[in-house]
Amino acid sequence: MSAVIEAKQLTSVRAGRTLFSQLSLQLHAGEILHVEGPNGAGKSTLLRIIAGLLDPQAGRVSLFGQDQWDDPEQWQRQLLFIGHKAAVKAELTALENLHYQALLDGADQVDAWQLLETVGLLGLEDVPAQQLSAGQQRRIALARLWYGQATLWILDEPFTALDSHGIALLHERFSQHLEQGGVIILTSHQPLTWTGERLKKIRIDYQDEGLLYEYR
Amino acid sequence: MNTASAWRLLTTVMRRDLAVALRRRSDVVNPLLFVVIVVTLFPLAVGPGPDILGRIATGVIWVAALLSSLLGSERLFRDDFLDGTLEQLVLSPAPLPLLAFGKVAVHWLLSGLPLVILAPLCAMLLKLPIAGWGVLMLTLLVGTPMLSAMTAVGAALTVSLGRGGALLSLLLLPLFIPLLIFAAAAVESALVGTSASGQVLLLTGLMLLTLLLAPFAVAAALRVSVN
Repeated sequence: MSAVIEAKQLTSVRAGRTLFSQLSLQLHAGEILHVEGPNGAGKSTLLRIIAGLLDPQAGRVSLFGQDQWDDPEQWQRQLLFIGHKAAVKAELTALENLHYQALLDGADQVDAWQLLETVGLLGLEDVPAQQLSAGQQRRIALARLWYGQATLWILDEPFTALDSHGIALLHERFSQHLEQGGVIILTSHQPLTWTGERLKKIRIDYQDEGLLYEYR
Repeated sequence: MNTASAWRLLTTVMRRDLAVALRRRSDVVNPLLFVVIVVTLFPLAVGPGPDILGRIATGVIWVAALLSSLLGSERLFRDDFLDGTLEQLVLSPAPLPLLAFGKVAVHWLLSGLPLVILAPLCAMLLKLPIAGWGVLMLTLLVGTPMLSAMTAVGAALTVSLGRGGALLSLLLLPLFIPLLIFAAAAVESALVGTSASGQVLLLTGLMLLTLLLAPFAVAAALRVSVN
């Protein structure tokens, strides 16, 4: 079985510091990768490189065996990135945010009300996002996971600010996505419920003698 | 990507930007208010005689327009950068220059077009002879899209710098000088009774060229800024 996403020999140097070098990984359908490491180790950098927002100093990333520049449009369709910045417009209401985000994602058949209910924001549709709590804003951002057509999800700290119910909801959605052959790469300081074959872990840790990472 | 879906993405970006701008009306109104205030102050400072005012009117209105366009310029991509929207635009399947064009268009609708509409009021306050009003509005109509487009290039380049305001002004003002010269010359021609079509056509050509190339520059700058 061919890999959905493959990174080869990635090296990233930020602000004169080598975050990781010669990092390779490979994920197949139905696998979830948990990127671990202390603050500032380069977890977000790795995620941004895989998403194509950042260029690595060396190495390459391919999705279904294709480089990003082979067919950028197809690449972007297969990939959903939610960073630690939620991309929620503070001036717009939850409903408007969901509506515009869905249109920008090319999903025009989405029922924004249904989405609101799914992520537990029903009753708050008229409130500008700036008056919502951090957890509620995150729910707006994460609502994209319920209509997205993308195979690969790249999520930077998706559980931040979520309550236990929200985390359970997200875990449930992750399971569905993995069963449908999706692939998830995420960073989290929360323990994940999966064990065994499906869950892969990579640990990035900066040490004086350079990078240490283990991949299992 | 087919034309229909690209068009839908463009209109979505524009509608969202318009919706956000309508919730922050002061950001839209402030630069316009600035122009009106500058224009009303001039007769008080220079004296109300029509000979002096009428001669400097075009210059005053255009300089006020240039400076007001710099006032709001830093914000063009700042909020999108801070809240992560910019990352999502870069990752969108739609061509980034197209989305950049949408943002430029909204910026013009909210900053350039109102200036064109305000121009007769400013011209009246500064006692510009009526013969020059039409050409003044015409130069603003073809000049302000250029202002928006070039401002967007500068804003996209400096968005990740934090406090790029002063740098942005230094970058942009020299680029605005040709615009200022030809716009003033066009109105001057109209006032002395000769045809202003040469200058206006030149400005139109410059505008079209800028609108054609700027979205690509903005897209490239945004990619660097989220990097």
